[in-house]
Amino acid sequence: MNNKTDLIEYLLRLGDSALIQGQRLCQWCGKAPALEEELALMNVGLDLVGQARNWLEYAAELLDDGRDADHLAFRRDERAYRNLLLVEQPNGDFAVTMLKQFLYDAWHLPVLQGLSQSSDERIAGIAAKAVKEATYHLRRSGEWIERMGDGTEESHKRMLAAIPEVWRFTVELIAADDSEQRLCEASITPDIASVAAQWQAKVEQIFTSATLPVPAAPNYFYLNARKGLHSEHLGILLAEMQFLPRAYPDATW
Amino acid sequence: MYAQLVETGVKRIKDLSEMSEQERAFQEKIDSEIKIEAKNWMPDAYRQTLIRQISQHAHSEIVGMLPEGNWVTRAPSLKRKLQLMAKIQDEAGHGLYLYSAMETLGADRDEEVAKLHSGKAKYSSIFNYPTLNWADMGAVGWLVDGAAIVNQVVLQRTSYGPYSRAMVRICKEESFHQRQGYEILLTMMRHGTQAQKDMVQDAINRLWWPSLMMFGPSDEHSPNSAQSMAWKIKRQSNDELRQRFVDQTIPQLELLGCTCPDPDLKWNAERGHYDFGEIQWNEFYEVLKGNGPCNQERVATRRKAIEDGAWVREAAVAHARKKQNKNAA
Repeated sequence: MNNKTDLIEYLLRLGDSALIQGQRLCQWCGKAPALEEELALMNVGLDLVGQARNWLEYAAELLDDGRDADHLAFRRDERAYRNLLLVEQPNGDFAVTMLKQFLYDAWHLPVLQGLSQSSDERIAGIAAKAVKEATYHLRRSGEWIERMGDGTEESHKRMLAAIPEVWRFTVELIAADDSEQRLCEASITPDIASVAAQWQAKVEQIFTSATLPVPAAPNYFYLNARKGLHSEHLGILLAEMQFLPRAYPDATW
Repeated sequence: MYAQLVETGVKRIKDLSEMSEQERAFQEKIDSEIKIEAKNWMPDAYRQTLIRQISQHAHSEIVGMLPEGNWVTRAPSLKRKLQLMAKIQDEAGHGLYLYSAMETLGADRDEEVAKLHSGKAKYSSIFNYPTLNWADMGAVGWLVDGAAIVNQVVLQRTSYGPYSRAMVRICKEESFHQRQGYEILLTMMRHGTQAQKDMVQDAINRLWWPSLMMFGPSDEHSPNSAQSMAWKIKRQSNDELRQRFVDQTIPQLELLGCTCPDPDLKWNAERGHYDFGEIQWNEFYEVLKGNGPCNQERVATRRKAIEDGAWVREAAVAHARKKQNKNAA
């Protein structure tokens, strides 16, 4: 049964991260720098919320305590949320938004590629579909890092300013905890060291081509979203996202 | 109607005998239902009217993302959130088709958008009303997209080819949005709590009259319509389309179990149509002039998006140029 608890935790991590990243993208609606970007940001967000629904549905089935995916999304408090710290950070300007997106995508794609080989067929199926979407996301966000890094003097400056705002949160992308280690040993999830190496290589490739310095490896800083220890941004985000189901708990939407 | 008041700049319609040879050939083509294409000769007033109408339509799609954007972060379930995100994405896409159609007429997208931001160009008055509860997302889909479809279905036969083809694509997606919107309301009315039912009725009360206004001024106060009809840019009058909308919508309203905020609404067996009350035309013209509830916020949001994004667009251009130079070297 240990695997099941680990697996539920892992599914929540995947689902919550995709959902919160999608929610942040929703906040761009009507405010993007070009019409094409309105379309693209909403498109990526839609993919991610769709993936979140798949992961949370599976988590709800394993939990088997009467809660469904909506319940998990809209009734859990921030201490029960398991998303990466990176994705809950505020959107900032377009440089911060796209840097967060790129750092997430560069991690997300190898994770999903690994998961598509999972010994858990349900996971492998969801991941195989999501890989196609994440491939597109990564291509797009990587290209934006290059455009902004190697664009104008101002865009370069903004990229340089964006890096320290989000870089430390990448510490969570490259270190596994015991629970993930056990899942990896059971061939359910990919090896985090391999994911971390692929992530690092992609970041170096894109940053170099974008004429941006690759920062030193991030340090652990005593927050841990895997244990529900979040930054102060998540509570406010959830208050907005969960308002209706909380205010009208008996409602059917 | 998404583009609800379009100036033609024409005071009086010429008959064939008053026209130059070119004008006559053009009008005869229109009369025999041959589509006008980008490279064909067309009267300048026809070109300018279409630029105004299509840009107004495109602006409406883009400004129309804002009342929904107001609720996309607060949608009450994953399914509803996904539906709303897909819808907003479609609308951005419709804006893109329409700006492209407009550009075939020689207009420049950035220039037309600048007119929107300076308040010179209009967009549909409906998007100047606030979305105040979740049921508004259903009511906007059902009533607002419904009104747009009634208008756009006819515009599929509009005389300018690129506009008519854009309408064919857009109508397919709009019909889908309308059904989704109605389903949101139906779910709340059939399976919801009293509080949810109250939300639905409240949304209808607020959005009913603004939706009727989407068809534009009444025919007697629509001096530009005659020329637009002669050019077959418009195919049916504002009042005809409004009547069609009321006739098809009231049974849907009854199926929901809601009421219409119009004490004068009643079935007229003699006409075979619903009679309905007088629109508050003063409100309509004030909202179009910029004095509606959200006009300032809507335009300010769009202006800010484009201003704040200038450095991003400049970066993309600079980067593309660098890459081009590298490839050339």
